[in-house]
Amino acid sequence: MTTAVPALGETGTGPARSPSPRVRPGRRTPFWLLLPAVLVLVPLFAYPIYQLGLISVLDFRQAQVSGGQPTRFVGFDNYAALLHDGRFWSVLLATVGFAAACVLATLAVGAAFAVLLTRVGRWPRLALSLAAMAAWAAPAVTGSTVWMFLFDANLGLVNQVLGLDGFNWTYGRYTTFALVGAAVVWHSFPFVMITLYAGIAAIPDGVLEAAELDGASGWQSFRRVVVPMLRPLITIVVIQSIIWDFKIFTQIYVMTGGGGIAGQNLTLNVYAYQQAFAASEYGLGSAIGVVMMVILLAVTLLYLRVLRRGGEPL
Amino acid sequence: MTATQARRTRRRVPARRRVADAVAVVAAVLVVFPIYWMALSAVKPASEIQSLAQRPWTLAPTLDNFRRVLGAEHFGRYFLNSLLVAVLVVLLSGLVAFLAAVALTRFRFRFRTTILVLFLVAQMVPVEALTIPLFFLIRDFGAAVPGIGLNTLGSLVLVHLAFSLPLAIWMLRGFVAAIPEEIEEAARLDGASRFTILWRILFPLVAPGLAATSVFSFITAWNDFLFARTFIISATDNQTLPMALLVFFQPDENDWGGIMAASVLMTVPVLVLFVAVQRRLVAGLGGAVKE
Repeated sequence: MTTAVPALGETGTGPARSPSPRVRPGRRTPFWLLLPAVLVLVPLFAYPIYQLGLISVLDFRQAQVSGGQPTRFVGFDNYAALLHDGRFWSVLLATVGFAAACVLATLAVGAAFAVLLTRVGRWPRLALSLAAMAAWAAPAVTGSTVWMFLFDANLGLVNQVLGLDGFNWTYGRYTTFALVGAAVVWHSFPFVMITLYAGIAAIPDGVLEAAELDGASGWQSFRRVVVPMLRPLITIVVIQSIIWDFKIFTQIYVMTGGGGIAGQNLTLNVYAYQQAFAASEYGLGSAIGVVMMVILLAVTLLYLRVLRRGGEPL
Repeated sequence: MTATQARRTRRRVPARRRVADAVAVVAAVLVVFPIYWMALSAVKPASEIQSLAQRPWTLAPTLDNFRRVLGAEHFGRYFLNSLLVAVLVVLLSGLVAFLAAVALTRFRFRFRTTILVLFLVAQMVPVEALTIPLFFLIRDFGAAVPGIGLNTLGSLVLVHLAFSLPLAIWMLRGFVAAIPEEIEEAARLDGASRFTILWRILFPLVAPGLAATSVFSFITAWNDFLFARTFIISATDNQTLPMALLVFFQPDENDWGGIMAASVLMTVPVLVLFVAVQRRLVAGLGGAVKE
């Protein structure tokens, strides 16, 4: 760039030239550029969100879908039904608990490995980075299948090593959630690890050396220097993880066969899907979808506030 | 620092470092183990898969599982279907996202910030819940245009295009912003048209970033089994890989060799892409997530 910029200045426009050369002819250009994205997103993203809200206030079941019956506006009946549905509350509770556990475990593993990466030599660092990349890249479906195989009651390596012959991890509610959670954490910690490692690596050496000269121990300088400097990054990673883990669908669906024995491992996402497509309660399923959307929107608004406070120029 | 202190530090650091190195290597082995186990089990003969004493190696590797998978259940066809959908999504979303990212970084206009926030919010939408309205929407599309209704690959391309766009635009924005505007200015002074600047100058410079962004679009389309399951009801010829994978799941009698071979076939393309663009991936996510 050092050669290009003076060359630009040498074109000799003189002092009369306005300080900003960015006069943009054609004020409509950005709209033409955005048009393709709008043409895709409005019908396939925005409109379905509106439709989801609409269906959630309709009596919309098998009779309406294929029986030719007229759809009927029922106001908030679907939501009222959810409020009185014990299953809904237990699924909501399970979703929040499961997401919280996954987020905590993901962050703990990701952060621990990020710190570890800063303390090791080149080859171990490369090995751990590549391993994490592989876990990150593995599709959720195949990640689920291999974890199921590893934890298979009889043929699974884990049971054979631990001597738990015939123990079925997917019978109990909590062992199933633990198994699915392990697969989720395995898949999602690399993002946390790599982001935090990049953050730590970006801290100037001088800062840590200064802390050391002031007599700070390794733990002290981590606790009092590294963590505060990374706070914005940590917040963002936390909120991203909350959003991802709250929406977990594939692992639950594949590993528990659509929600576990008698639906004991349902999460909101899977529950909405099952209500709609298995029970043909499209109105009820949409209402669950709307509830999820509202919860995630609240988390997103928090995320935006953090971004703003962090000085992200939008 | 006195001589003794210096010596102590020099001695202590390598010892600590060796422990850290060992921990990192063990962690790497544990993390990659499921992938290793998948690949290993895919080449194990049936007798070893059925064994009650699984060994972490095999002395008789075989391609039987792959042969069975590729022979049965039209797996090859499903593989091509998945590939076709994913490639179309990558090309279309790359193109559309590039144009949108240029608009959002190189121009100032009203609602620019609003649009950006909307793209960010869109990433939080639980798309699984949207299967309900989308199912009816796609059904109605099919009545109007045959190629994009239920049971078609076109319907999958459409929804994955829509769901990969917000992240693609958000990530690509960082890559476009990183290109100095002076380059465009110079071209403009040389008399290049806006079209030329866009395609001959910006596009090649953004291409590496586009490659990183494409990985996510590819993964969105390639990994999905929810929409395939919902939209492709009766036309088994238009089924995609993840659904085919689930064919090998039988109650109590899972064909683990087949499942693992199919999983390997499904994982390898993504793995190759990931490794190929991994450096830019991190840079791109850094831009998307903002460090």
